[in-house]
Amino acid sequence: MAVKVSTLDERIKLTDSADSPLDTQEYFINMGPQHPATHGVLRLMLKLDGETVREVIPVLGYIHRGIEKIGEHSTYRQFVHLTDRCDYLSAMMNNWAVSLMVEKALKVELNDRIEYIRTIMAELERIQSHMLWWGVLGMDLGAFTPFLYGFRDRELITDIFEETIGCRLTMNYIQPGGVMDDIHPNFVDRVKKVIEYAKPKIDEYEELLSGNVIIQERLRNVGVLSADKATSLGVTGPVLRASGVPLDLRRVAPYGVYDKVNFEVAVGSVGDCWDRYWVRIEEIRQSMSMIEQLIDNIPAGKTMLMKPAKKTVLPEGSHYAQLETARGILGIYAVSDGVSDKPVRIHMRSPNYNNVWSADEMTRDSRIGDLVANVSSIDIVVPDIDR
Amino acid sequence: MTDEASPDNKQPESTPPPAPTPKPAPASPAPAPQAQEEQVEKEPELPKLVVDVCATIGELKPYASESDTPAVEVAPADLVKSLTTLRDNPDFAFSMLMDHTAIDRIDDGQFELVYRLYSISTLSMLLVSTKIPRDNPVIPTVCEVWDIAEWQEREVYDLFGVLYDNHPDLRRVFLEDDWKGFPLRKDYEDDFMLTLDVDKLR
Repeated sequence: MAVKVSTLDERIKLTDSADSPLDTQEYFINMGPQHPATHGVLRLMLKLDGETVREVIPVLGYIHRGIEKIGEHSTYRQFVHLTDRCDYLSAMMNNWAVSLMVEKALKVELNDRIEYIRTIMAELERIQSHMLWWGVLGMDLGAFTPFLYGFRDRELITDIFEETIGCRLTMNYIQPGGVMDDIHPNFVDRVKKVIEYAKPKIDEYEELLSGNVIIQERLRNVGVLSADKATSLGVTGPVLRASGVPLDLRRVAPYGVYDKVNFEVAVGSVGDCWDRYWVRIEEIRQSMSMIEQLIDNIPAGKTMLMKPAKKTVLPEGSHYAQLETARGILGIYAVSDGVSDKPVRIHMRSPNYNNVWSADEMTRDSRIGDLVANVSSIDIVVPDIDR
Repeated sequence: MTDEASPDNKQPESTPPPAPTPKPAPASPAPAPQAQEEQVEKEPELPKLVVDVCATIGELKPYASESDTPAVEVAPADLVKSLTTLRDNPDFAFSMLMDHTAIDRIDDGQFELVYRLYSISTLSMLLVSTKIPRDNPVIPTVCEVWDIAEWQEREVYDLFGVLYDNHPDLRRVFLEDDWKGFPLRKDYEDDFMLTLDVDKLR
């Protein structure tokens, strides 16, 4: 075959021998797959010159489960359940993406109740995801307290999920045609209470971490990603917005009821770790404001419009729907033959898979400590990378 | 933002049929709805973006299959050139490669490769499709056009075995380097696969 295929060993050997200055020697070292700062089983091969990182080579696949292959053998309704296991911190948004794709293909019109519930759930999930990220970022940078604070407050939101849905992590709540079940009678009250409680907590977060001199030094002007490079690297979500590109699907292509709420898209200017930090903190505030606008106005109506038992066959052709999860744009691409209730091919455009490669661009020629800050500020969830 | 500029770039459904006139013409009740139906079917076939793109770049043709995104087809040889033009032409400005994947069309003996382009300035989305033979799956790489293509192509190589010519670092991304076969091919088989014989269960 004319096209050359390489292996990891070759890759490491090739670059190793390419340059060998007299005074220092470059070498490769493994970071992960079981490293606390890589958020799961992510393995990074670092090409080091002393403590300076010359290259970051992510090595993936430690939890590759072949979800796209399983998807070819399952119906769309079954596939929804697999998406939870990808980006588990945006589980309901992943469910929503598949549902959106199916509903768009079948031209199902949803009522406002479903759209309101979905939007509120998605924003709650975004808040808890960003809270967890905030805590983990603190821990990555050497502060243990934020981790406890983040988990403590996130817990209250997962309690709300548990009450309505019965699950805390893999919810399967949003389904094609609606939501699995109606919200719990306590839902509205509890959400209001949590928002009331969490609002001053975000200010506390800021006092605790944002103003801290060590955090500022670790984040400011570290891992700068320019807008052009970020676009070319296919980065989405808070990472792209921190680089100054105001691409937020909730604003530019509203789904759910995002066209009925007032919110601002947080956009950074420098594209460093600090901007990525600030964008997420601001997003928590915006999400809270969105929930406050919606929670009192949930209209009445049915919560499931498609009969779950009915065979769902999408029209022949390719279908695509995308939405903004806590980490970026998730797209679901399905090809149907128009006969079977299973897709010929189903593909997830995963935000994390596309974001993780920017770690190399951010980290080149800076220190290992900065790499930890960069990886943390990208906010990756490894199961979504490997799928 | 107009309808045309939405990422899905769905053409608005054709204008609703005109309200029945007060005095119906008894001579021709049948042909009128037919003509309307034709219009309804024809109009979504060619979204404005596809017409524009095909007029500007001669190598592109409207997509033959059904797609909810505006879609075009291109021959593998013209792929890199057309994609570069789509990125650089300020009218389209597809600065982002949102997604790249393959579909195993085993009945036709082909792999269909789809490139999903996204424009941040016009917020439109375009699907570019190209087909390569299954027995010799070689295609030029588009790494030069978008950086992310390097890794999206590695994923397609890993799972489909599509070989990208001139790729700087073509190797497996999820599976081990010595893995045999490409799992997302329809004819892939290995010892660990669970096969469910539905007839036996009955």
